[in-house]
Amino acid sequence: MVGGIEMVKNRLSIGDRIFYIIDYIFVALVAIVALYPFIFIFSASVSNSAALGRGEIWLFPKGFNTDAYEIVLEEKAVWSSYGNTIWYVVVGTTMNMVLTTFTAYPLSRKNFSGRNKVMMFIAFTMFFSGGLVPSYLLVKKLGLIDTRWAIVIPAGISTWNLIIMRTFFESIPQSLHEAATIDGCSELRIMTRIFLPLSLPVLSVMVLFYAVAHWNSYFSALVYLNDQKLYPLQMHLRKILIQYNQNEMLQELTQGRDVVGQSVRYATIIVSTVPILLIYPFLQKYFVKGVMVGAIKG
Amino acid sequence: MIDRSQIIPVEKHQRTKKWMDTLKKEKALWLLVLPGILWYLIFAYAPMFGLVIAFQDFSPFKGFTGSSWVGLTWFQQFFHSQFFGRLIRNTLLLNIYNILFSFPVPIILALLLNEIQHSRYKKTVQTISYLPHFVSTVVVVGMLTNFLSPVGGIVNLMIGKLGGKSINFMIKPEWFRPLYIISGIWQEAGWGSIIYLAALSGIDTQLYEASIVDGANKWKQLWHISIPGILPTIIIMLIMNLGHILSIGYEKIILMYNTSTYETADVINTYVYRRGILSGEYSFGTAVGLFQSAINFVFVIAANRISKRVTEVSLW
Repeated sequence: MVGGIEMVKNRLSIGDRIFYIIDYIFVALVAIVALYPFIFIFSASVSNSAALGRGEIWLFPKGFNTDAYEIVLEEKAVWSSYGNTIWYVVVGTTMNMVLTTFTAYPLSRKNFSGRNKVMMFIAFTMFFSGGLVPSYLLVKKLGLIDTRWAIVIPAGISTWNLIIMRTFFESIPQSLHEAATIDGCSELRIMTRIFLPLSLPVLSVMVLFYAVAHWNSYFSALVYLNDQKLYPLQMHLRKILIQYNQNEMLQELTQGRDVVGQSVRYATIIVSTVPILLIYPFLQKYFVKGVMVGAIKG
Repeated sequence: MIDRSQIIPVEKHQRTKKWMDTLKKEKALWLLVLPGILWYLIFAYAPMFGLVIAFQDFSPFKGFTGSSWVGLTWFQQFFHSQFFGRLIRNTLLLNIYNILFSFPVPIILALLLNEIQHSRYKKTVQTISYLPHFVSTVVVVGMLTNFLSPVGGIVNLMIGKLGGKSINFMIKPEWFRPLYIISGIWQEAGWGSIIYLAALSGIDTQLYEASIVDGANKWKQLWHISIPGILPTIIIMLIMNLGHILSIGYEKIILMYNTSTYETADVINTYVYRRGILSGEYSFGTAVGLFQSAINFVFVIAANRISKRVTEVSLW
């Protein structure tokens, strides 16, 4: 298509011109819709709460202040759940990466006799699983309930990520492997010294995918943890963003009582989401590549 | 005459020896893959064997071996329960709406993004549109509850300004499905478009050039080149969607629903969670879950086979 542009540019038909106008407008609308909630939440969190309560905030902040943030940051539960989440992200992602690379590497080796059988063994779990209750009973039986390990170990490997990584390893020329074998390198050495350095783009995508999944996960904590001291950030968010609100709605409270609460909630969203939104632009070019690698051969 | 019984052990022995040789040669690779295999055995396959409790009156104190067998009791109880019809209807409808409304959006977005000529403009829109994917389910539902709150939520404030009456969206059963679908589109449309953009970039540019010579306009190019070009990808994604027709993103529903919206919001997965985990009815919960997985499994196989015959595109 790119080649054709210069050719056509000067003589765009009316139909094509309409097409481009609709196209550009539509795409701009998509960006606005995707971005608007973030802008609103930020503006609401730094605005005067009375103005927020009157519905005067819709784009820019009014009566700038950081009261809501002070309230959020003073709360102990925010800090402890933040700390827990960081633990889950760091330990969980490390475990994910070790398990996923170790498993993906042999499965990418064409000379590995177990390649197809092991892959079938793994792929089957994408289409059939024991389900929620048996998984819960297993974690219970292993004595992991109410421990941090219940959050990270059962989430050890994502099959989807494993396939992406295997596909990437497969794209690395086999001749490198042969040359290294002749030089007397062991498989572990070939993997860590040759394959992993060549796979940095896909490895960073995997780290991002796993880390974001841990950061955002709440369900395993809901099912496996009763001890609030171990709760991740998302469980805390669930309490203040959803549960308080639902109670209020069910009781149909009178208008105006909740004015301060709203801006505090918006500030909490910002505090909990900012780390991801900050690292995101730097890694964006990598993860698009990661999704595409997976797409070519799923 | 040769005694057959003597040959077979020799063959077997040779086969074992050959097998041992490969194992020795590939020792390092097997050692690397071993932790992964163990993980799958414990965390994916062990729960599958745990499905036997669907046919037992399981009690954690008696264990798998000590619990009594009850055959299909739990399944019958589920099929005859007053909630059976509602659960099936809610699950199917959410999936059907998902395929009708959410599934095409990333495809359309990818087709339109693909035609944008200013690469900066295109990249900016892409970056922004992927953003919601990285927001947690809790925050997305938190946004919904707060934006739509009848107590100071922005949407109801706006309705009030326009002279309307405030709506308590989150406790209205008729609002559950639209809210679920729309928030899903907001979150995943941009991210979902990546895969189709990748497929579009694989289409031979000569096809477009040739069509220009033949006098095709943009609309015709979309219809006759771009869409057929990404059809295999669309079909694969559709099969995978059909593969979980009887399950739906319940993590979001558990956050969104409440007793007043069960009528439209309660699906098989959330029911399994309430009965199986919250009420501790392990056997009943497992039976309902097994029913669901079995149907899903049949669906993905059927969808794959039909697609293989009709379009020659398949997952395996």
